[in-house]
Amino acid sequence: MLLEVKNMSTEFKLKRGIVKAVDDISFTIDKGEILAIVGESGSGKSVTSLSIMGLLQKPGRIASGKILYKSQDLSKLSPKEMQKLRGNQISMIFQEPMTSLNPVWRIKDQIMESIMTHLRLSKKEALARTIEMLDTVGIPSAAQRANDYPHQMSGGMRQRVMTAMALACEPELLIADEPTTALDVTIQAQILELLFRMREKFNMAVLLITHDLGVVSEAADRVIVMYCGKIVEEAEVRSLFTHPLHPYTVGLLQSIPQIDDDSDKRLYMIKGMVPNPLNMPSGCSFSDRCDHTMERCTKESPELQRIDGHKVRCFLYEEAREGD
Amino acid sequence: MKIKHSFNSDENQLQAAEYVEKPESQLKLMWETLRQNKAAVVGLFIIGLLVLIALTVWLSELMGKQILPYDPNYSDMSQSFIWPNAQHWFGTDQLGRDLFSRILDGTKISLSVGVAAVAISLSVGVILGATAGYRGGKTDTTIMRFMDIMLAIPSILLAIAFMAALGKGLDKAIIAIGLVSIPEYARIVRGSILSVKENDYVQAAKIIGNKTSRIIYKHILPNVISVIVVRATLGISSAVLDTAALGFLGLGVQPPFAEWGDMLGRARGFIFSAPYTLIFPGIAITITVLAFNLLGDGLRDALDPKSRIK
Amino acid sequence: MSEVLMDVQNLAKHFVIDTDFLGRPVTVLKAVDNVSLSINKGEAFGLVGESGCGKTTLGKILVNLYKPTTGKIIFEGKDLTALDEERRRSYCKDIQMIFQDPYASLNPKMSIGDIIAEPIIINRLLPKSQVEERVIFLLNCVGLARHQRNRYPHEFSGGQRQRVGIARALAVEPKLIVCDEPVSALDVSIQAQVLNLLGDLKEEFGLTYLFIAHGLNVIKHISDRVGVMYLGKLVEIAPKRELYANPLHPYTQALLSAIPVINPENKKERIILEGDVPSPINTPKGCRFSSRCFKEMDQCKLNEPAIKEVFPDHFVACHLF
Repeated sequence: MLLEVKNMSTEFKLKRGIVKAVDDISFTIDKGEILAIVGESGSGKSVTSLSIMGLLQKPGRIASGKILYKSQDLSKLSPKEMQKLRGNQISMIFQEPMTSLNPVWRIKDQIMESIMTHLRLSKKEALARTIEMLDTVGIPSAAQRANDYPHQMSGGMRQRVMTAMALACEPELLIADEPTTALDVTIQAQILELLFRMREKFNMAVLLITHDLGVVSEAADRVIVMYCGKIVEEAEVRSLFTHPLHPYTVGLLQSIPQIDDDSDKRLYMIKGMVPNPLNMPSGCSFSDRCDHTMERCTKESPELQRIDGHKVRCFLYEEAREGD
Repeated sequence: MKIKHSFNSDENQLQAAEYVEKPESQLKLMWETLRQNKAAVVGLFIIGLLVLIALTVWLSELMGKQILPYDPNYSDMSQSFIWPNAQHWFGTDQLGRDLFSRILDGTKISLSVGVAAVAISLSVGVILGATAGYRGGKTDTTIMRFMDIMLAIPSILLAIAFMAALGKGLDKAIIAIGLVSIPEYARIVRGSILSVKENDYVQAAKIIGNKTSRIIYKHILPNVISVIVVRATLGISSAVLDTAALGFLGLGVQPPFAEWGDMLGRARGFIFSAPYTLIFPGIAITITVLAFNLLGDGLRDALDPKSRIK
Repeated sequence: MSEVLMDVQNLAKHFVIDTDFLGRPVTVLKAVDNVSLSINKGEAFGLVGESGCGKTTLGKILVNLYKPTTGKIIFEGKDLTALDEERRRSYCKDIQMIFQDPYASLNPKMSIGDIIAEPIIINRLLPKSQVEERVIFLLNCVGLARHQRNRYPHEFSGGQRQRVGIARALAVEPKLIVCDEPVSALDVSIQAQVLNLLGDLKEEFGLTYLFIAHGLNVIKHISDRVGVMYLGKLVEIAPKRELYANPLHPYTQALLSAIPVINPENKKERIILEGDVPSPINTPKGCRFSSRCFKEMDQCKLNEPAIKEVFPDHFVACHLF
């Protein structure tokens, strides 16, 4: 086990009240595993990754819980100690490669900076490693392209450069926050394929954050579905897609237009909208949109249960268990 | 047509509410945000005070009544260089004129020059900037190069040059200062228009059939006006400063009018013997400029929809 | 049988990037290059392609945001490109657009009611007294409530804003609506809502769509016929079912293959294209797809393939055929 998040809650103190962006979540990532966190806007998935990396900005803060990385609690580390880990053992790539790369630095300098800070190599060695990295991620003529500036490269290339930068120090855990969302479909396929190769080569674990269930299906081993800051379902990928349990997961899968879906019927829609975090419905946070809402759902909040190899947070399954 | 879709979580709302919510007042929101900025409120208060003084003095002059403790232009050499005391709160200057009365009198000049000069720069600058920004191409290049030429010359020198051409006097000072600042407004307006022009909603405005003039008026300017208002407020403070500078150099208002910069200029020689002749005009200028700057900064935050308290 | 509503003939849009000192163009961006297609009344024509392929530019030419460099646009028999500015503008009542970014397509200073009313008012479609009623009707059509009429865009979510944009486009009772990636910026569950809405509205009002998207999955659901663009050129057009069942152009095949499959049971061999999408500036000779094509032949680098009908109603531009 590489990373263990235990009962973590992250909140934002706003003038209007306290928003719990992440509410008591727990999960683990093993070495070499690809775990995906899936959710829409407001689900708390990005905040989760920022919390782990220690990149939360005011007024956000980790309210409670532990983030255990190799038995160190990341939430308790000082900024300096966290900085030693970042880029070195835990790395991150973001959604918008253009804004994540410094436009006035050459590509090679940005990657070398990371290497020299963490691995204490000489400039010459760092440059050699940089070019090697760029080559590994599939940048053609790596030695020349290393001298380019970010704006001279296309979106797909920049994403690869960012990946090279993240992987330069051979981290054990890579957090990828919507790495393919801003890219074309064909480039998306390339980047995902790259992640697989990296995982093979370095036995690297990946925490993949995305709203795209297709990407999850292609890339992940296990999946966590988040809604309004809570985990509502967790399962192996195959299992999640073949028999999803939580009504939200079911709804999501049904509402995606499929290539192999031959009928012209209307898409299934989850009614309603994601609730305002300052004005959550009482009881289960999905109760106002669910097709199977029972009386209990508006009064109490369900706990996470183990069923059929999944973890689900839904009263539908509590009833089933009690009925046994 | 039947309502097939009801996407509001609260479906009752859809049927029950026959009334339409009143439009939320944008001004009210702006005021709320501004109110929270203490510095801006202080600035506003000071400006209010200054305006009150200026208006009072001006109205009383019109009516022929003397509201100031002394006639600001009345010179009594026997009363010259009196240090601040109970009769003359700010003392008297080299010609025996009461400084307090002169400073208050100067308020109306400084404020009116400030506002008038900005009015000139604004009106011409906005038209030039809007034309350059919206039309682009050669029009844009021509106008902006001309603006660049003006900007290349330090504003004070430019003002002096204008004054040399126009002659001395308060009205000429207003025109000179007004002309000098045109390029700044042209630039800001052009920049704002360029950034707003590419927004989808401007393109949408074109697609639904709006004529160019209406697009600029209804869609672009309202989104650009906050920038202009902030700049104009700050512009008043710099116009006040420019007036003072011209006055200091003896080019602006002519004696015996009480203008702070002029007062400052004439008191140069007395910095050690009668420092109060310099200090009070200096403070008056500083406070006025500061007040407008504070208000301007506050307005900038209040008018930026992102930072508004919602 | 079905009449042609809009016929695009040899449309091209070139942007001059650089000129030499005499003003002659040196670098040209051929955003749209010799594209011809026709859209039938009542159909949804899906136009698909990745970034830089020119689909958005094409859409903007149709709604008169850009003037074409060459080519004709025949709408209901009339050549729009030959009209003067004012008369062309009058066609805004027939051709409208829905934008991609719900956060940028509504004027933040106008209430949503005013945004929807504006096209009705400036085109004088209704007497003043009836405008408000129509605005409420349109709001209801897209699933928004009457009492929200005076609210401002920032008070709504992305999906709701998109619906306001749709209502605005509907206000003039257009015949053709160009939908420029209307669901790309929305959450998955909201995408479904908006796609269903668009489908319903098409039925109710007898609309014709040019639906632009970068993903073949979204297009499939709503389109009747589909066109695939690459670097400014149309490489394949076919009726929906035909295209997905039998893609002919290698690029179409790669596009289809690149879409992540939801059901892990159906995993298939993926075609991963080498290299990046090349730049539309100073395009190479021959077929534009040749640099990335996995079925490249010798002549591909020399001649540009012309588009021709290979099967009934199924057109391809490829030397393989």
